[in-house]
Formats: sequence, C-alpha cells, structure tokens
Amino acid sequence: MGLLAFFRRSPATANIAKERLRIIVSQERSARGGPDYLPLLRRELLEVIRKYVNVDPEAIQINLEREEGQEVLELSVQLPEKKAV
Amino acid sequence: MAEIIVTTSGKGGVGKTTTSASIASGIARRGKKVAVIDFDIGLRNLDLIMGCERRVVYDFVNVIQGESTLKQALIKDKRIETLFVLAASQTRDKDALSLEGVRKVLDELIADGFDYIICDSPAGIEKGAHLAMYFADRAIVVVNPEVSSVRDSDRILGLLASKTQRAEKDESKVKEHLLLTRYSPKRVAAGEMMSVDDVKEILGIEVIGVIPESPDVLAASNAGTPVILNAESDVSLAYEDAVARLLGETVPLRFLEEPKKGFFARMFGG
Repeated sequence: MGLLAFFRRSPATANIAKERLRIIVSQERSARGGPDYLPLLRRELLEVIRKYVNVDPEAIQINLEREEGQEVLELSVQLPEKKAV
Repeated sequence: MAEIIVTTSGKGGVGKTTTSASIASGIARRGKKVAVIDFDIGLRNLDLIMGCERRVVYDFVNVIQGESTLKQALIKDKRIETLFVLAASQTRDKDALSLEGVRKVLDELIADGFDYIICDSPAGIEKGAHLAMYFADRAIVVVNPEVSSVRDSDRILGLLASKTQRAEKDESKVKEHLLLTRYSPKRVAAGEMMSVDDVKEILGIEVIGVIPESPDVLAASNAGTPVILNAESDVSLAYEDAVARLLGETVPLRFLEEPKKGFFARMFGG
C-alpha cells in the first residue's frame, strides 16, 4: 500500500454485498422447487396492480412457504407513499 | 469404498481447476489412489494445470466411445505415484458425453481400485456441469467472496440437491463443502470484501477451506505444477488443510488475518 492509498481508502462495500445477497438468495431459494408459474404470476400480478397504483417491480414479493404438509402463497405489495398534492 | 467428489461453482474463473488439481494431488500424496477427470468438453484445461498436456493421447470421450481403453487414456502423474489424469475431449460435439458413458467410466475406475475420483466441472449449469455432479458423493463448491460468484454457487447448491443421482434416488444427500478462493484478509479487514463468515452465513454450508489471494497460483499454472506442491506458499498450506478436512481431520482455519507489517512497510508499499 503506497502513501496515497493509505490516506484514500476505498469505501466499505462488503456489507452492501452481503445484504443484497441475503435478500436475493432467500428469494431465489423460496422460488426453487416451487411451481414454474411463480415468475409469470408475479409479472401478471404486477401488471394488474399497476393499473391502479404505480408500484415498483421490487415492491412486490411472492413467497411460497411449506409448513406441515400445506403450502402458503404469501404475497406482499409495498404501496408507494402518498405524495402531497 | 471409492468416493466421487465434484469440484463445481457455477461461475467461471473462480478456481475450480486449480482446486481440482491441488485437492487431487494432496489426497494422492497421502498414498490414496486418485483419478482427476476434466468434464469441460471442448475446452481442455486440467491437463495444462497438471502439466501433462503433451502426454494426452486419448481422452474421456475416446473412452466413452470405445476408441481407447480407460487404461490407455489415464495419464499417470510424474510426481505422484498414485495420481492419474483423464483429459477432456476437444471435440465440439457437446453430446459426446452421456450419462451412461460417464457411469461406465466411473464404475470402471471404482473396479480398478481408485479411492477417490475428482470430477472437475465446467462453468455454467449446462450438460457438462450436470454430468460432473450427477454421480457425486460430495461436492466442493468453489466461491470467490464476490456477489455473482456467491449467487451462482447458491444455484449450484440447488442443483446438487435436486439433479443428482443421490437426490433422484432419495439417498442421503450430496455432502456439500464450501471452499473460498482469492481471499484477501486485508480487504476483508477494510470492509471491502465479504468475510468467510458472511459467505458461510448466506450459503449456509460448512467451510472446508479458505485459500488466500496470491501470485503463487498464476506462477504454478504457468509452470504446470499443482499449486499445493509449492511448499513455500500459503496457498499450498491452505489447500493441504482443506485436504486434511476432506479426509475427516479437524484443522483450524488460517490465513484469515492480514500478516502484520511494520510501519514503514505500510507507508511505503510492499
């Protein structure tokens, strides 16, 4: 490490990487082994919701949970904050 | 009983072949009979890393298609008595490998008394990668502490749990081991790189080794010597530890901390 580099450190981005991976990996794991229609379902739901509210693609989460022999499809949509008109 | 171990990762360039060569050499050096097989059909590489590229006469596909015997195709290592390499074919025909063909070769190796068979997987999740992992008892998942590598490794873990013989036959699952490569303790300390614990937490599997980032890896591949055989290198010691753990020994992880440097070394480079 040279003199310059000693004073100019790169930003600490490892935590950002970890957080992004934590989310995407758990999302991909929950879709894995689940029915193939989940991604399409997600897209179509997004389109329907967008007819009424302008939500972000990231704002819609679909999770398939298996517990005690039954499957629960959990859908959560984060609505945008109301803007003052 | 022979064990089949696949070295896999999803992403390319993370150190699969380097790992296969070193793990195979490390196990063979302990007196076990080891075969290491290159599954990267079309892009032969393991022979270069092992330093036997000019001795390849017959390859994996030749054996499967009956153009040579397995004995003719196995290249005996010149350094380690009990180590053998089976080179990939350079054919462009991606269908040259078949599940039955691979099964036949593995069965023959087992019948010949091999203790360990290391399958060096190609990158990606296509046919070659599928066949490399299909018959595995254990998997070494090679990962760099970097977002795309970690995500791809998780895809591979999903495939190991569903698209292998053990998964299809409902046998006990393929044993998964995580091997981190290109690890830079200095960058981890500075918060620029994810730590072993971070990656372990995300993927949720046990760590079999951490290989520090080092110029010795390139030097070894330049020379065609598996890096584990370079006794001077931390990389070699780290791979040797991984081999010990693979064989059931308990060895603490090392090279996770930056070597201490004096004030002048830190200020003026080095």
